[in-house]
Amino acid sequence: MDTIYFVFQNSLLFTVPLVVVALGGMFSERSGIVNIALEGIMVIGAFFSIFFIKTFQGTIPPQLLFILAMFIAMFVGILFSLLHAYASINMKANQTISGTALNLFAPAFAVYTARMVQGVSQIDFKNNFRIPKVPLLGDIPVIGNLIFQNVYITTYIGIGILVVASIILYKTRFGLRLRACGEHPQAADSAGINVIKMRYIGVMMSGALAGLGGLIFVVPISTNFSGSVLGYGFLALAVLIFGQWKPSRILFAAFFFGMMKTIASTSTIIPFLADLSLDPAIYKITPYLATLIVLAFSSKNSAAPRAAGEPYDAGKR
Amino acid sequence: MNKLLKSKGFQNASASILSIIFGFAFGFIVLLISNPANAVGGFLTILSGGFTGGMKGLGQTLYLATPIIMTGLSVGFAFKTGLFNIGASGQFIVGAFTAVFIAVRATFIPTEILWLVALIGAFVAGGLWALVPGFLKAYRNVNEVIASIMMNYIGMYLVNFMVVQTVFDAARNQSMTPTRAIIPKVGLDTLFNGSNVNLGIIIAILVAIIAYIVLEKTTFGYELKACGYNRSASQYAGMNSKRNILLSMVIAGAFAGLGGGLLYLAGSGKHIQVVDILAAEGFNGIPVALLGLSNPIGIIFAAIFVAYINVGGFYMQLYKFVPEVISIMVAAIIYLSAFSLFFREQISAFFKKRTEGK
Repeated sequence: MDTIYFVFQNSLLFTVPLVVVALGGMFSERSGIVNIALEGIMVIGAFFSIFFIKTFQGTIPPQLLFILAMFIAMFVGILFSLLHAYASINMKANQTISGTALNLFAPAFAVYTARMVQGVSQIDFKNNFRIPKVPLLGDIPVIGNLIFQNVYITTYIGIGILVVASIILYKTRFGLRLRACGEHPQAADSAGINVIKMRYIGVMMSGALAGLGGLIFVVPISTNFSGSVLGYGFLALAVLIFGQWKPSRILFAAFFFGMMKTIASTSTIIPFLADLSLDPAIYKITPYLATLIVLAFSSKNSAAPRAAGEPYDAGKR
Repeated sequence: MNKLLKSKGFQNASASILSIIFGFAFGFIVLLISNPANAVGGFLTILSGGFTGGMKGLGQTLYLATPIIMTGLSVGFAFKTGLFNIGASGQFIVGAFTAVFIAVRATFIPTEILWLVALIGAFVAGGLWALVPGFLKAYRNVNEVIASIMMNYIGMYLVNFMVVQTVFDAARNQSMTPTRAIIPKVGLDTLFNGSNVNLGIIIAILVAIIAYIVLEKTTFGYELKACGYNRSASQYAGMNSKRNILLSMVIAGAFAGLGGGLLYLAGSGKHIQVVDILAAEGFNGIPVALLGLSNPIGIIFAAIFVAYINVGGFYMQLYKFVPEVISIMVAAIIYLSAFSLFFREQISAFFKKRTEGK
C-alpha cells in the first residue's frame, strides 16, 4: 500500500504541470493557433519566477512566496507568448517557425541572463514548499494518503484550473466563440466574432498556463533551475493530442504520462516492477510511442481543431 | 538591373539578409544592456567570427558547418516538398549511433573502407527513422510535425539505451571512441592547422549539390515538389502523392542521419553523451534551412554563416560574454524570417513604387 501511495504522490508531481501546460496548449489550438512554443514559455516562466523565489526566500513566508511566484510566472508567460501571437496572427507567419524561434530563444536567454547576472547558469533555491500533511483532510483514510499528504499547493491549483478550464470551454459564451474560431474562423467572423481578438486571448491563456507550468514543474522535483524543463513542453503537446483536445481526457492522458515518468525513475525500488527488471528506457519511451499509435489510429476522425495552424484570411469568407 | 531587383530570388535573398541584419542589431542591444563597456568589442568579435583565430578559426567554421549543412538540407529538402521536418534531431542522433556502432563493432570490415560503410549506415538509419512520420503523413494523414517530435524523443531515449547496451564507455558515461573509422583529413588538417576540419565538409557540400540537381533538374524532384505544393492536383496529374511524401521524408531523414555520422566520426573527440537532451544540431538545421531559403546551395552558405558566428561566440568569451548570445541572435533571426512573407511584400512593393515613379 505504501508503494501505491508513493507512486501516486510522485505521479502527481509530474501530472499537475502536464495538465496545466496541456490545457494552455488546448486554449491556443482551440482558437486556431498551434503553439509548439509551450516548452520555451515554460522555461521563461520558470526562469523569472524561480529567480524571484531565490531573491525573496527567507523574507516572505514560503506558501505566499510560492503563490506570488506563480503570478510572476503567468505574467511573463503571457508577455512571451505575445511574440508568438503577433507573429502568427498579425504577420500570418508560419506558426511552427515562430514557435521554434521561441523555443530556441528561451533556454539561451535563461542561461545567458543567469550567467551574466550571477556568474553560473544554475539558479539554486531552497525547496520548503512541501506540505507534509493537510490538517484534518490528511487523516481521511486512503484519499488522505493519496492527495492530502506530501503534497504541494500546486496540486489543488491544478485541479482548480482543470475545472475552470472545462467550464470556460464548454459552458460559457466565450468558450463557444473560442472553439468557433478554431473550427471555422470565417463563419465565426461573419457571426460578428472578433477572430483576431479571440486568437490573441487563446494564445495569451496558453502563455499564462505554460509559464505557470514551468514553475510548478521545476519546484517540486528540484532545488535548482538551469534553463531547461527537460522536454516537458513537448510532452504536454503529446498529452494534448493524446487527450484529443478535451479537458477530461487531457487529465487522463497526463496522469498516464506522469505515472510512466515516475515508474521510469523509480522502477528499481518498486518491488513488483523490480522483478520484471525492464530497462527504464522502456517506460520513458512509452508515452511518446503511445501518442504515435493514438495518432495513427485516430487521425482519420481526429478531434483536432480544423483551422489550427492556418493564418486567418478574412478574404476566404 | 531592374530585372534583377524584381526577380524572385533577389527579393527572397534580401528578406533573409534583412532578418540577419535585424537579428544582429538585436544581439548588439542584448550585449549593450548586459555589459555596455565591452559590447562593441564583443560584437566585433562576433562579426569577425571565423576569422578570429586565423586559419584555425576558419577550419573550425567548416568543421562546425558540416553537420548543420546536413540537418539544414534535411529541413530544407522537406520544406521544398511541403513538409516540416522538425525531427532532424532524432534522425541525426540515430544516424550518429549507427555510425559509431558500425565503427566500433563491425570489426570484420577492413579499416580502409570502414568509415565509408559507417557513414552509409548513418545515412540509411536516418532515412529509416524518418520513414515513420513519412508513412504516418502519407497513409494515415498524421501531422508530420507532431509525429517527428515524438520520434525525436523516442530516438533520443532509444539511442541512450543502445549506447549503454552496445558501445558504452562507462567511466565517462558516453559512447566509445571509433578509432578505426575516422573520416580522412585529406590534407585539410595541415591547411587549417589546429582545427578539426576533414573530408566531411566536402562530402556535405557534394551531397548538397546532388540534392540541388535532384530537386531542380529531374522529373523525380519536380514530382516531389509538386506534391508539396498541391497534393490533390499532383494526384490528379497522375503522380503517386503518397509514395512521394514518404520518399521526401525518408530522403530528408537520410540527410540528417548522415550529418550525425559526419560529426561523430570526425575524430574530434566528440562522443554520444548518455543524457536526456535532444541533439541541438537537428534544431540548428531549421535556421540554416530558413536562411538558405531551402535551396541546397543557399543552405551551404547559410550553414557556414551560422558556424561562423558560433566561432565568433566562442572567442567572445574573451570579453567575458556568454556564448549563448549567439543562440539568442539566431532565435531572433528565425523569428524574423517567419515574417519573410511580410518582408518580401514590403520589398516588392518598394521596388514597384520606385519603378512606377519613374
